[in-house]
Amino acid sequence: MAAIDATQHREVSLERIPEVGHIPEGSAIEARLEKIWETAPGWRGSLSTVDHKTIGIRYLVTAFLFLVIGGIEALFLRIQLAGPDMAFLTPEQYNQLFTMHGVTMIFLYALPVLSGFSNYLWPLLLGSRDMAFPRLNALSYWIFLFAGLFMYISFPLGQAPNAGWFNYVPFSGPVYNTGPNIDVFALGMVLLGISTTVGSINFVVTLFRMRAPGMTINRVPILVWGTLTASVANLFAIPAVSLAFFLLWLDRQIGAHFFDVANNGQPLLWQHLFWIFGHPWVYVVVLPAMGIVSDALPTFCRRPLVGYTAVALATMATMLLGFGVWVHHMFATGLPTVALSIFGAASMVISIPSAVAVFAWIATIWLGKPVFKTPFLFFAGFIVLFIIGGMSGVMTAAVPLDWQLNETYFIVAHLHYVLLGINVFPVVGAIYYWFPKFTGRMMSEKLGKLSFWTMFIGFNVGFFPMHIAGLLGMPRRIYTYPSRMGWDEVNLVTTVGSFIFAIGVLIFLANVVLSLRRGVRAGANPWDAPTLEWAVSSPPPAYNFATIPTIASRHPLWEGRIEGEAEHARTSLEEGYLLMRGRETLGTSPIDAKPVVILKMPEDSYTPFLVGLFVSLLFVGLLLHSWTFTALMAASSCAALSIWMWPRRKLGQRSVSTPAGHRSASAEREGESA
Amino acid sequence: MKASKSGFDSKSAIENLHFRITFPALFMIAARPSEAADTLDTPLNYFLYSYGPAATPVMHLGWLMTALLSAITLIVILLLVIALVRKRDAADPDMIGAERGGVRWVYIGTGISTFILAGLTVYFLTVLNAVARPAETPALTLTVTGYDWWWSIEYEHADPAKRFFTANEIHIPVGRPVLLKLKSADVIHAFWVPVLAGKTQMIPGLVNQKWIQADVPGMYVGQCAQFCGAAHAHMNLEVVAESDLDFEKWQEAQRRTALPVSGHDEHGYKLFMDRCGGCHAVRGTEAEGLHGPDLTHLNSRGRIAAGLLTNTPHHLMEWITRAQHYKPGARMPSIALSDSEASALASYLSTLN
Repeated sequence: MAAIDATQHREVSLERIPEVGHIPEGSAIEARLEKIWETAPGWRGSLSTVDHKTIGIRYLVTAFLFLVIGGIEALFLRIQLAGPDMAFLTPEQYNQLFTMHGVTMIFLYALPVLSGFSNYLWPLLLGSRDMAFPRLNALSYWIFLFAGLFMYISFPLGQAPNAGWFNYVPFSGPVYNTGPNIDVFALGMVLLGISTTVGSINFVVTLFRMRAPGMTINRVPILVWGTLTASVANLFAIPAVSLAFFLLWLDRQIGAHFFDVANNGQPLLWQHLFWIFGHPWVYVVVLPAMGIVSDALPTFCRRPLVGYTAVALATMATMLLGFGVWVHHMFATGLPTVALSIFGAASMVISIPSAVAVFAWIATIWLGKPVFKTPFLFFAGFIVLFIIGGMSGVMTAAVPLDWQLNETYFIVAHLHYVLLGINVFPVVGAIYYWFPKFTGRMMSEKLGKLSFWTMFIGFNVGFFPMHIAGLLGMPRRIYTYPSRMGWDEVNLVTTVGSFIFAIGVLIFLANVVLSLRRGVRAGANPWDAPTLEWAVSSPPPAYNFATIPTIASRHPLWEGRIEGEAEHARTSLEEGYLLMRGRETLGTSPIDAKPVVILKMPEDSYTPFLVGLFVSLLFVGLLLHSWTFTALMAASSCAALSIWMWPRRKLGQRSVSTPAGHRSASAEREGESA
Repeated sequence: MKASKSGFDSKSAIENLHFRITFPALFMIAARPSEAADTLDTPLNYFLYSYGPAATPVMHLGWLMTALLSAITLIVILLLVIALVRKRDAADPDMIGAERGGVRWVYIGTGISTFILAGLTVYFLTVLNAVARPAETPALTLTVTGYDWWWSIEYEHADPAKRFFTANEIHIPVGRPVLLKLKSADVIHAFWVPVLAGKTQMIPGLVNQKWIQADVPGMYVGQCAQFCGAAHAHMNLEVVAESDLDFEKWQEAQRRTALPVSGHDEHGYKLFMDRCGGCHAVRGTEAEGLHGPDLTHLNSRGRIAAGLLTNTPHHLMEWITRAQHYKPGARMPSIALSDSEASALASYLSTLN
């Protein structure tokens, strides 16, 4: 093993030959690595940590808290709708609750929960020690948390946003909605957009920079494809919605007229801007979850996924098409028939990549030997719900039929099959699957199976009748209905189902709490899974991998056991690059994952927290029209950013050089022969 | 017209919680075409009922897609179930299945799906073409304007003297296409009479067009289908389709201005002019308000408050005195009236036939 002298005092050279070796468990060198990467204990560590695992867990916990809040709101709505002419809620309360239910679930749960998984898992899946920009990662979480709190700021005052999550103008404009509610929503969305944008940039760069050597682009797990696709989409979609909400805020607060009819503004513009964002967003919150299933389902089928390439390409095709179908939310706005035909046909086409994924999962199960553990039940249940939700989606793509279905409970049924089916079921399955990795303990199988069946039955009892309510003509977003419409029974069944579903979620949460304390100890790889995160201990050490592994196949932990393989690939997990002069990891080339640079990773830092706090307070200042405070916070943000961004020679990346002193060209050749 | 149960005076909510096993209507045999919508248990049920050429092809499209897609759903779920439970040879538990194989089935499944989707696309485009415009030139043009939370309807005519306004109840001649110009006075609403045609948004600053036609005489219920605020749930309308003769008679009656009042109605008349005339119009009087429904022929309508209540003298006074109770946030205030004022106003309103 080469000398690992501290080099801080030497003149910094921007070129280096990385040493290769093995670090035995429990050795003094491992302890040193631990020391380099560990987070300070106590509040200082919790405010300054940039560990992607801690941030990932925070995302998950926060998103689940929002899921519970949004779920309780939904139960209130269902009580009100249990029978005709109920007066459990006033119309205004109902409107605020359904709006906050949508906002919470779509913006504060659905993507953040997936970001949680991706943040935790990406570096582990990719064989790296952290995300590309650890501090940006921390900032992304802090702003998400503050934006979530911000959007609830007016809830206790009875002034929560009340115009639906789609927030159509002019109803959300200054004339018809005079309270602070819509301003809270508008500013909150712009703030949340910052978090999503920086998070997305981080994922994109991480994928193309941080993979372990040998993990060529066709060896990355499908979850990575899903999150990458969603992140690229976010970078194009978020600006539309941030712009829309910012223009609305200008309309409301400084008398701009973007959407104001009386001054030649155009309300339809809002719908376009919103859905140009909104439809890709639908795929943003399902593609990573589909990726989770594509990666975790094979573990329980005891064989690799059928059609890896087809599924990866289908993931990207979905997103690409997803940018061309936003008008299917607007079929009833009076657009010309030709335009409707094109968008309707495009909406039909978008089902094709989904079909690829569904058939790939079924073929994987068919050809595999399924092991019926709890996570597998959730993934199999998800496929059922995905099929039903997909089919109802095809119906809404047919323009003239959509003129009937649109804005009825049929759509409510469809979107819940899609969002709960494709997001919540895989997410809960994924918690069961990765809980041992997160905590070192298994979750209870007995409670797990009970929670699955309660959730699955409750979900279908609750949401399937909504299709019927929709076909019977029940519009969305009505706070009550008269008995003469004939919707009494379906609504009662839905309410009963929603409570059964809620009990299922409760059992799951109880299982989490109980298993945290009393779960059976899990080893590094309790499911005998194939991917890299299972190569490290549970929970993983702060530095993830003692040596940076070299990857030789899509299934590093299954190598040598795959049927019919004459000669198998050999991933090197034990021996690898020793990088420990401070926080270091390896940067590789975008496609072939050949070592290119040694990346110097930043230490823990308070600046992300401070920037997040100041930026959020800046938005509070805007909300309160306190311009001095706003200016002060803008200045504070800039100051904190300057400290963060201050160039430090210590953090300059080193290019990987060969012993002969040649630079990257020869390094690449070396990578090829390795 | 058949008076049905009104929204608020029906059985108490608790009684309604009583659960009947049957899902109504959806599983009932479709009504005979001669039966009109006002006899339905589910007046907005567009899946099983349609009464005009703008709705019927769409209903058939719905049937075909539901049948076909349900069958495909069942087949694919069946495939999944077989995949889950089929018997397998005992194998070495440590061995992992080969990665190759199976892709062919993905391609076959996707290929069949693509073929079906292409067929459905052609079919729905044909339907779209069929319902996009009426076969013959519309006999009648109406302007429907959405307000928070009611509908104003203007019957156009080349002769301005023959134009008139009404509210929440549209009369059309049976068997003839009618062109609707859709506008909004405030926020976005959507015009939707499901058994006659799909919905179209009413967007401020734009005039959207749609057409409806009823081939069977009767009363058809409509509902605002775009969330528009607190009383979005209480924004219904009715379309009455009647023979040419009845329609002409109705139209003639609507064109007439209100009859002059006499004797004991004068107190109520004065009250109306003082308290109601600023918002409501009664043609032929000095009440010319445009903020609320035209009340010239109030008593010709089956319902008041945009479908919320049946039009009885009792409901009318309930509505006037407690409007904010029934529709919180509506522009119509709850008007405090003494008993004598109330009876005078009621007596005047009873003359608006």
